[in-house]
Amino acid sequence: MTRRWFWPSFALPGAVWLVLLFLVPTYAVVAVAFGTVDPIFQNPVPAWNPLDWQFHTMRSVLAEFEPGHTFWTVSVRTLAYVAISLAGCLLIGYPVAYYLARHARRTKGILLVLLIVPFWVSYLMRMLAWIGLLLPDGLVNRSLIHLGVISQPVGWLDGRPTSVILALIYGYVPYLILPLYAVLDRIDRSVLEAGRDLGASPIRTFFHVTLPLSRNGILAASVLITLPMFGDYYTNDVISGSPHTSMIGNQINLYFQGGTQKTVGACLVIVLSVFLALLMSYYLWATVRASAATKESLL
Amino acid sequence: MKRVRDWFANPWGQPRALGTITWLYMAWSIVPVLIAILFSFNDGRSRSVWQGFSTRWYWGDPNLSVFHDPAARSALEQSLRLAGLDMLIAVPLGVGLAIGLTRWRGYGAKPVNYLMLFPLVTPEIVMGVSLLLVFVLLYSIPLGTEAQVLGQVTFSISYVVIIVRGRLLSIGPEYEEAARDLGASQFAAFRLVLVPLLAPAVFASFIVVFALSIDDFVVTDYLSAGSPTQTVPIAIYSNARGGTTTPALNALATVMVVVTLLAVGLAYFVYRWAARSQPGTSGRALNEIAALEV
Repeated sequence: MTRRWFWPSFALPGAVWLVLLFLVPTYAVVAVAFGTVDPIFQNPVPAWNPLDWQFHTMRSVLAEFEPGHTFWTVSVRTLAYVAISLAGCLLIGYPVAYYLARHARRTKGILLVLLIVPFWVSYLMRMLAWIGLLLPDGLVNRSLIHLGVISQPVGWLDGRPTSVILALIYGYVPYLILPLYAVLDRIDRSVLEAGRDLGASPIRTFFHVTLPLSRNGILAASVLITLPMFGDYYTNDVISGSPHTSMIGNQINLYFQGGTQKTVGACLVIVLSVFLALLMSYYLWATVRASAATKESLL
Repeated sequence: MKRVRDWFANPWGQPRALGTITWLYMAWSIVPVLIAILFSFNDGRSRSVWQGFSTRWYWGDPNLSVFHDPAARSALEQSLRLAGLDMLIAVPLGVGLAIGLTRWRGYGAKPVNYLMLFPLVTPEIVMGVSLLLVFVLLYSIPLGTEAQVLGQVTFSISYVVIIVRGRLLSIGPEYEEAARDLGASQFAAFRLVLVPLLAPAVFASFIVVFALSIDDFVVTDYLSAGSPTQTVPIAIYSNARGGTTTPALNALATVMVVVTLLAVGLAYFVYRWAARSQPGTSGRALNEIAALEV
C-alpha cells in the first residue's frame, strides 16, 4: 500500500528550510526597503505589514537612477563592464569549448582536467594570483618594460577599468566554457556530415548548423555568468578598490558593510533583483520561442 | 597555402589555430595560480620579486607563517569546520528534497520545485544581504559560525537537488516497482533499492558541497562575526591589497588549494574504484565529475 505522506515527508525538511531561509529573508529585504529608519540609532525598522509600507526611500533611490545622477553612472558602468566581460568570455570560451568538443582526441582527458582545475581553486585565490602579477614590481610590469612596451611601471591595481574587466573575464570564463562544452559535445555529428554532404563549406556548416544548434547553450551559459557578475563586488574591490570603477554590487556592499543607510541598500537590492528577473524572463522567453521554432521547422 | 586549404577541406582534421587557442587558454588559466604558489616559497617579504627558496612562510617564521600565525590557523580551521557542517546538513536535506520532489505528485511539489531553483540564479550579494537582515531583525540569530552554516546550507541545497534528481530521473521508478511487486514494503523498497542506486550521486553531492563551501566568500563574509569567524577567502579578500602583506597569504591560499585538490583527487579515485564494481560505468567517472559542475 502506498502511503500518501511517504514521499512528501522526504521533501518537507528541505522545503521548510528554503521557506524559512530563502523566502522569508527575501521578504525581509522588501520590509526593510519599504520600512523606516530609527531616528536616534539610524537602525532600519522593517515594515512587515504591507499596509505600513513607506515609499519615500525607494523614490529617492529611483531618482538617483536618472541620467546624470550617482546610480545612473554606476548602472551604466556596471552594464558596460558586464557586457564587455561577457563578450570577452564568449570570444575566448567558444573556441576552447568547440575545440574540446570537436577536435581534441588524445589530449581530451588532460584538457578536461585542466578545464576543471580552476573550479577547485578558490575564486579569491585566483584573484590573489593576478594581484601578485600586477603589482608595480610584478611580472607583468617587468615583462612589459623588458620588451620596451612601457618605460615606467603601470599601476594596474590603481583603479583601471581594463584591469577590472580582465579580472572579471579571468574569473568567470571557466563557468562559461563547461556548459558550452556540454552543449557542443551533444551535437550529433551526422547532422554536420549531412551539411557537408549537401555541399556546404566547413565555414557555412559552422554558421548554418553548429552555431544555431549551440544558440541555446550560448544563451544559457551567458546567463549563468551574467547573473553573478551583476552582483560581483569583490573582484572590483581587490583589483581596483577605486570608486571610479565601482559597480552596483560595490554600492550595495558599501551601504551594508560600511555605511549606516541599510534602507537605501535594501532598495538597491530590490532594483537589482527586478532588473535580473527581467533579464531571466527574457532568457526564458527566448529559449521557449527558439525551441518552438525548431519544432516548427522540423514538422 | 596548401595547409590552409587542407584545413578548410577537412574539418575533422586537426585545426592548429583552435588547438593553439585552447592550449594558450589553459596556460593562461593555470600559470598565474602556479606563480602565486611559487611565491609562497619566496625567501623575502615580496610577493612579486623572487628572492630564493624557503619554507619560512609555511612554518619557519615564528610570527607570520601559516603554522604560527593564530589568525591564519583559525581561518583554515573555520573554512574546514564550515565545509564539514555544510556537508553534514545540506546533503541529507537536498537528497530528501530531490527524492520527495521526483516521486511526489501532489499540489505542493510544483511551488517547492520553483523555490528550489531560485537560490541558483540569485546573486550571492542578494542572498548575503537578505540573510543578514533576517537574522538580525527577525530571527535574532547571532552572527558567527551558526549563521554562516545556515547561510551556506541555503545555497548548497539546490546543487544537491540538481545532482541527485538527475540520477533519479535516469534510474526511473521501475526498480522500486519491481521490488514492491515482489512484496517489499515501501520503506524496504526505498532502503534496499533506491539508496544503493543513489549512492554515487550522494557521494558526488558531498564533494560539490565541500567545494561550494570552501570557495564561498560573500555569504560567509556577510554572516561572519569579525576575525574569529574569518575563513580563508575572507582573509585573502581583506589582505590581498595590503602593502604589508607577505607571501604568508600566498602560503595560506596554497594550503587551501592543496587540501581541496587532495580531497577531490581522493574522492575521484574512491568514486572510480566504487564504479568499477558496477559493469559499464568505469571510465565515465571523469565525465560525471565534469558534468557535476554544470
